[in-house]
Amino acid sequence: MKINWKKWLRDYGLFLLVAIMLVSVWEWVVTKGLVPPFILPSPSAIWRSLIENRQLLLQEHLPATLLEVLSGFGISLTGGLLLGAGMHFSRALEKIVYPFLVISQTIPLIAISPIFIMWFGYSIWSKIAVTILISIFPIVVSTYDGLKSGGKEYRDLLLTMGANRWAIFKKIQVPMALPVILSGVKMAAVYCVVGATIGEWLGASVGLGYFSRRMSGNLQADAVFAAIFLLSLLGIVLFLLISFIEKQLLKNKIRNLRG
Amino acid sequence: MLSIEKLTYAFENARPIFQKISMDVKVGEFVSIIGASGSGKSTLFQLITGLLEPDQGEIRINGENTENRLGKVGYMPQKDLLLPWRTVLDNVLLPLEVSKENRQRKIPQIREWLGRFGLAEVEKSYPDELSGGMRQRAAFLRTIMTGKDLLLLDEPFGALDSLTKRNMHSWLLGLWGELQKTVLFITHDLEEAILLSDRIYLLGRESLQEVKVSLSRPRSTEIIYQSEFITMRQELERLIHDEN
Repeated sequence: MKINWKKWLRDYGLFLLVAIMLVSVWEWVVTKGLVPPFILPSPSAIWRSLIENRQLLLQEHLPATLLEVLSGFGISLTGGLLLGAGMHFSRALEKIVYPFLVISQTIPLIAISPIFIMWFGYSIWSKIAVTILISIFPIVVSTYDGLKSGGKEYRDLLLTMGANRWAIFKKIQVPMALPVILSGVKMAAVYCVVGATIGEWLGASVGLGYFSRRMSGNLQADAVFAAIFLLSLLGIVLFLLISFIEKQLLKNKIRNLRG
Repeated sequence: MLSIEKLTYAFENARPIFQKISMDVKVGEFVSIIGASGSGKSTLFQLITGLLEPDQGEIRINGENTENRLGKVGYMPQKDLLLPWRTVLDNVLLPLEVSKENRQRKIPQIREWLGRFGLAEVEKSYPDELSGGMRQRAAFLRTIMTGKDLLLLDEPFGALDSLTKRNMHSWLLGLWGELQKTVLFITHDLEEAILLSDRIYLLGRESLQEVKVSLSRPRSTEIIYQSEFITMRQELERLIHDEN
């Protein structure tokens, strides 16, 4: 694959410039002693901590968090797509599920997590439960709304061809909903990292969230930041991965949006 | 082929748009319906296709008065409604997929049709890469691929510029002999209606009026300059004027 540097620079150049400036100012402020390092560690200290703890972080905590994120995401994706499609087909199901979905988003996660710990203990499932709770909502809503918006004119046309509901769903509604669904999935992927981290903060023995909590207890701000850096990197990688899949899937469907 | 008897239809809480209108179309005929906007031409088509049910009266297709008319006629809506994510070929294959026919077996036959419709070179293109005339032809071919003998065409050339429209007319007149279909055609273009049709129905406020077009076939677009054609057009304009 050939990378077009000019285009890349035009797209990300400005962001990169500002980011470098910010990090430089940050480094300067901390090394000057304007902020004590246990409040705000310098970028170089964070980097050193990352290198120092690399074995622990990359071989123990990152895989644990990754497993939680991916399991939670997988279950959310499957469940969310099925639930969204089910709500599209059955008005009764929609009427039942929608209020529950909205309520589930009003519950403060911090408040409900102890209950998850009671139910699932310190096992991986308490973390996966938080992850699902936070990430299934955008998938269900985008699936349901996306399927609902599928043009009536196209539906009528297929009906005159003698199509049944399933054929209309498959040939018109799913392709039309795909861009909306994928936006929801992208959001959910990022939420999954947030969910797993919250789950780990509230009770875990391994994982980046657990690590950052322990280090914050030790006032090792640089190690906390190192874990946060990895978590954010994980979110970005997931987001880019799904963006890439989106591009492949929508290669031709994207015309739909432009037209 | 198609016969409509004493059809009455009203949208909810509104004055009926049709009051006991009757019409019939015979096999192999090309019949146009002319009417002002809002006279219910498109609604009539939705009734015939089965998307709407009449309040009173009967709609018979091939002599059958079936409850479920969906899937009995080929319908081409005003907009081309080509699926933007499908190539021309895949768009044309859509009716076959819906009726679960074997598409692989039909492809050679469809390639031949694509050639006849001047779409052979663009079969792998997407609708947004086509000109207006090509899109319209693709939508028309998709309608033919439903395999139905009766085709309802709702202002198929309405959105085209006059030059493209003229080309489409001569193309359609040239094709008509080998097409072997029955067509019911909505338009508000008098010239188009006379040029293409065997008969014309004028859809007025209260009534439906029939006018026969006695021009011999095969026709070419040249006939619009003949005195017979011009007389016909004047008569039609007078009828429409009287109606209002």
